[in-house]
Amino acid sequence: MVETGHFALVLAFALSLVQTIVPLFGARLNNQRLMAVGGPVAVTGFALTALSFFALASAYANSDFSVASVWENSHSLQPMIYKVTGTWGNHEGSMLLWVLILTFFGALVAAFGSNLPATLRANVLAVQGAIGAAFFLFILATSNPFIRLNPAPIEGRDLNPVLQDLGLAIHPPLLYLGYVGFSICFSFSIAALIEGRIDASWARWVRPWTLVAWMFLTGGIAMGSYWAYYELGWGGFWFWDPVENASFMPWLAGTALLHSAIVMEKRSALKIWTLLLAILTFSLSLLGTFLVRSGVLTSVHAFATDPARGVFILCILTLFIGGSLALFALRASRLTAGGLFHPISREGALVLNNLFLTTATATVLVGTLYPLALEALTGDKISVGAPFFDLTFGPLMLPLLVLVPFGPLLAWKRGDIIAASQRLMAAFATALAAMLVTGLFIDGTSVFAALGIGLAVWLIAGALTDLAVKSGVGSVAPAVMLRRFAGLPRSVFGTALAHLGLGLTLLGIVATLSFGTEKILTMRAGETVELSGHTLRFVGLYPAQGPNYSEDRGRFELIGVSGSAVGEISSAKRFYPVRQTTTTESGIKTLGLSQLYISLGDEAKDGSVVVRLWWKPLVTLIWGGGLVMMAGAAMSLMDRRLRVGAPSRRRKQAGAEAPAVLP
Amino acid sequence: MKARFSAALLVLMLALGFAGSALAVKPDEMLADPALEARARALSEGLRCMVCQNQSIDESDADLARDLRILVRQRLVAGDTDQQVMDYLVSRYGEFVLLKPRFDLRNALLWGTPVLLLLVGGVFILLTARSRRTLATKTLSADEQAALDAILHRD
Repeated sequence: MVETGHFALVLAFALSLVQTIVPLFGARLNNQRLMAVGGPVAVTGFALTALSFFALASAYANSDFSVASVWENSHSLQPMIYKVTGTWGNHEGSMLLWVLILTFFGALVAAFGSNLPATLRANVLAVQGAIGAAFFLFILATSNPFIRLNPAPIEGRDLNPVLQDLGLAIHPPLLYLGYVGFSICFSFSIAALIEGRIDASWARWVRPWTLVAWMFLTGGIAMGSYWAYYELGWGGFWFWDPVENASFMPWLAGTALLHSAIVMEKRSALKIWTLLLAILTFSLSLLGTFLVRSGVLTSVHAFATDPARGVFILCILTLFIGGSLALFALRASRLTAGGLFHPISREGALVLNNLFLTTATATVLVGTLYPLALEALTGDKISVGAPFFDLTFGPLMLPLLVLVPFGPLLAWKRGDIIAASQRLMAAFATALAAMLVTGLFIDGTSVFAALGIGLAVWLIAGALTDLAVKSGVGSVAPAVMLRRFAGLPRSVFGTALAHLGLGLTLLGIVATLSFGTEKILTMRAGETVELSGHTLRFVGLYPAQGPNYSEDRGRFELIGVSGSAVGEISSAKRFYPVRQTTTTESGIKTLGLSQLYISLGDEAKDGSVVVRLWWKPLVTLIWGGGLVMMAGAAMSLMDRRLRVGAPSRRRKQAGAEAPAVLP
Repeated sequence: MKARFSAALLVLMLALGFAGSALAVKPDEMLADPALEARARALSEGLRCMVCQNQSIDESDADLARDLRILVRQRLVAGDTDQQVMDYLVSRYGEFVLLKPRFDLRNALLWGTPVLLLLVGGVFILLTARSRRTLATKTLSADEQAALDAILHRD
């Protein structure tokens, strides 16, 4: 089975070369038969990659330690779920997952792209094939997951204990669906540049793909943030770590792309810019892969001592980013500029959105790469950490977030800023009230808290205003209003939900940072502690045995007003003997939207234990907002105009509805 | 040594080798004076644990971070101002210890990028908008105006 997987991987590589070359020449020569090769090859390539991935996963599930990757990252005593998820919990396996998703998207274009112009479809598949070929070669040459060991070891070295968590089952696949999803937008852009024209079907295709990729990336980042929050045991949710930044940059650029693609689809303006953004977004995905995979982040020297993988990805990076930007420089002038618009208009607002989002992306990029570049060039070592990003990224987001509610209320081509402001009066009043309440009654010392809460409420109220205005609240009868509300395009709900989610996330962040409390103390069994109105009793420390670890579980009781226990929280220190690693299992109790968070420290000789407690008000909104944003993207995807094959269905529906509409 | 590892992309960091986590600031390190302790915590958040990946000494449970936390508190007890503590640490460990890089010529590109890009982008957009507006406000020819009037007054 393992050799079958290996062989399938080599075949998939060969097919990806065919997928690159044949359709490309077919499109050049306008040869239908050559172009038609792309589709079946893409589907077959996906099937082979899936077979290869399945072979590796079954080696993991069966604990086949004769495979080097399984031996290094698995153990026979691990629960089955972690055996399976361990497949992508390591470098080799995660790269295989990466190409699996890449070929999956390629196959989707092949399967559903029948309504695309033949040359565009052929070129898209060719570019997709080229990306695949580069990464197949990377895996086969430097990161082969199928290498055998002889003699086979009896026992494996265990999966890294921190990864033995449900988060590993969800986070990487979601994240990769997002990362790699942008490859389709990239391929479409390159195909458009090769052809030297962008037509209507281009925009209709690129926008849903951007939405899909963005939706998964949002979910992946939110999920990763929550995973880190509970797994790391110190309650942080975002650290401005280079690896986080690597996933955040494509998200920021992808968000900009999402918005500029709307302008392009609706008004056929910003064509060239949208194309460039699509290239940049996937380039940032590739850059992220390089940063994480090459080891360059630990130090420039570590990268230099074992450069095989890093240099390989750097070559892929140079080839694709350099090549695509060069192509852009050569061909962009051939593309015609689109429609005209007044600065104060929906288009104008979206241009501003892009200005701030792109600047923010560049800021994160410079902050991430500057220390690396400085060390490589001068040998000086500096650090760029959270304080830098707070000072630069924060101020960039402020005007953007203030402007968000205006965008959807402005008309295309020429908007009326005064009318939009009047419609937002209620939202503004609500936000102002929230600010005053925060400043006067909750915390008068922090400007950040009042401003942040006000801004979050402004976003939430603004999103609701958008829906209210579009369903005619205040101007039509309630019955008409309801009918209008139900009849609003799904994309309007999508926009409102996404902006609402953004507001919720911001509310969670500001509330946690401003009103969260913390206590660090030593506790003995039976002692109680109070934190922000919650009383906790430390019941005691109980040893326990897991399948592949031993733990000391500290049990805490939440004491109610009456003095009796109303809930239990337990936090543990786990020891994994195979890797000689200790992890902290945090104890979390969700109360409404807020959480009590307990992290257990070392046990002293006298039996007392170091305990760190946090009260995190509204903290669940941080990730809940992410889910709402995802729901917004899903809603937009269901919009009638984006459905695959929509034109024919629309015609049919229009025909069916016509008699009812006509008097 | 326990290096802090990434939050969002745990799995991708495997190549770097890291280990779990535990508590950073421990009760026995903390100062009795709450005002002084608060200053120590605030300072700690801006100081890098040099053996960790981009992690502050306030968050790290590495031995070095503990030593630095104790050092910061010693200096504060000795009566140093916040700035003096920072200067002392930089003189001992170099600028690498600062999570917020200094505003100086060497870091001009780092700090300048957001401002510069926003300005250049803003000016570009303004110029494009202006050139487009002159295009857009071109008046209709007599024939076009007549055709428009005909359409507008049809009913």
